[in-house]
Amino acid sequence: MTIDKRISEDEAVATLADGMTLGIGGWGSRRKPMSLVRALLRSPVTDLTVVSYGGPDVGLLCAAGKVRRLIYGFVSLDSIPLEPHFRAARQGGTIPEPVEYDEGMLQWALYAGSLRLPFLPTRAGLGSDVLEVNPSLRLVSSPYDDREELVAVPGLRLDAAFVHLNRSDARGNAQFLGPDLYFDDLFLNACEPGRRFLSCERIVPTESLLDEGSFHTLRINRSMVDGVVEAPRGAHFTTCEPDYGRDEAFQRHYVGAAGDPDAWAAFVDRFLSGSEHDYQQAVAAWHVEQTERAARETEGATS
Amino acid sequence: MSTPSPDGAGHDGVSRADIVVVACAEAFRGDGEIFASGMGTIPMLGARLARASFEPDLLVSDGEAFFVANDLEVGGTDKLVEGWIPFRSVFDTLWGGRRHVMMGATQIDAHGNTNIANIGPWDRPKAQLLGVRGGPGNTVNHATSFWIPRHSARVFVPKVDMVSGVGTDRAADIGGWIAAHHHLARVVTNLAVLDLGGPDGRLRLLSVHPGVSVSDVEENTGFELVIGPDTPETRLPTDHEMAILDRLDPSGLRLSEVPV
Repeated sequence: MTIDKRISEDEAVATLADGMTLGIGGWGSRRKPMSLVRALLRSPVTDLTVVSYGGPDVGLLCAAGKVRRLIYGFVSLDSIPLEPHFRAARQGGTIPEPVEYDEGMLQWALYAGSLRLPFLPTRAGLGSDVLEVNPSLRLVSSPYDDREELVAVPGLRLDAAFVHLNRSDARGNAQFLGPDLYFDDLFLNACEPGRRFLSCERIVPTESLLDEGSFHTLRINRSMVDGVVEAPRGAHFTTCEPDYGRDEAFQRHYVGAAGDPDAWAAFVDRFLSGSEHDYQQAVAAWHVEQTERAARETEGATS
Repeated sequence: MSTPSPDGAGHDGVSRADIVVVACAEAFRGDGEIFASGMGTIPMLGARLARASFEPDLLVSDGEAFFVANDLEVGGTDKLVEGWIPFRSVFDTLWGGRRHVMMGATQIDAHGNTNIANIGPWDRPKAQLLGVRGGPGNTVNHATSFWIPRHSARVFVPKVDMVSGVGTDRAADIGGWIAAHHHLARVVTNLAVLDLGGPDGRLRLLSVHPGVSVSDVEENTGFELVIGPDTPETRLPTDHEMAILDRLDPSGLRLSEVPV
């Protein structure tokens, strides 16, 4: 009995509703489910709670005004430390409910959620202003003789989750081939069944799952996934090692455009106003332009 | 006393950047077989230099997800992998205490409370920075040092806008396990080396780099430092260390971060 879970990005996003809590896998500007995020940008869904080790996913959703509550430990583009749209949103006060955690606290929130526990204790956060800016966080005392007071990180349950992996079969047995799974398994496990969406570079037959990596890379099984989206270059412009690295030139272009309203409007018009196919075509055309411009400049400099 | 030449080079081509990297390496002296984690070029070079010279048991990473056994140059890809350290394992190692991180700080106060999150009020920052990242967990779980490329009164402030890294005063207030394990090891800047060994865990000047005076440091610090009667100069790299540095950073990336 095979269950084919293949769907499109737009079909996945069509199951989301305003006000939901969405977890997005990856880390910073690494292996982000960008084609699903781009589909979300095309949809009317808004008023979201977004949970992420944030990168351009968070930036784009903030720029589009879709985020009511943001639960994060950082938002960064890695090679460019600060995410321009996230900065603008925080400085402009347009994220109504920011929730800032230590990176490890965020892992604990997802892990507690995935284990259906009310909280997990940690020392991370004690003494820092994370407790000041999150007044709803409570402390818990060890019931043992030490009586130590710890932060009780509340478990987080998600209504929807997006992750991007390297390979998957049509049922959602998925594989990471790069250096780090990040916390993608926790995002899926913390999510209620129904809207756990996994995009991948390529859908392969189950019998081919071990062709490119050892069994250790099969960290996502089909009980964790409701929909599989085949999305070649779906993590662009973030890394998806070993299939491709970060598109640094395009990331710089994104950051440059984000700093200026007119340039950003032109960026959205050119790259984010059509389908995923249109996006990939527009990026390819942009690279051809850059190469031609560089060639002309070299020619000009040598003539 | 050394007098740096106009191009920033001091003794026999030794630059401020070289002295700073050695000072960062010194922060890891005595650490043994733990993860020496450097955030950014200078701290990463410091950790790798320490491992390549006087602290050979340290584990150093490629900045991505692997422990590397060879003397990997900054930005280099020719890795001899000796272990896997994805982020989940970093958190495990961190909470287990087997790590010493050297990270940046946009603001730091007299007790070593640090801020990398935002400038201005958190509710509506004037400048949103990275967010607290791993600062809260790092500082209450294992040794933490800081690298500050521009020592100024805008960085060394009486009060930080957001405590992302826990200082000695707050750790002492919590008491118990955290007070017993809290350890801010070293603060290295482009001017000086400091620690938190002053009375009440206050920031103390340990040495000034060649060509820098104690008053230079005082003028660029927005609060009173603990300063002893005789502040030595930060030591120079040995010839052996210079040879290692040239191998770890052949293109001189360290010089662009610490121009002087």
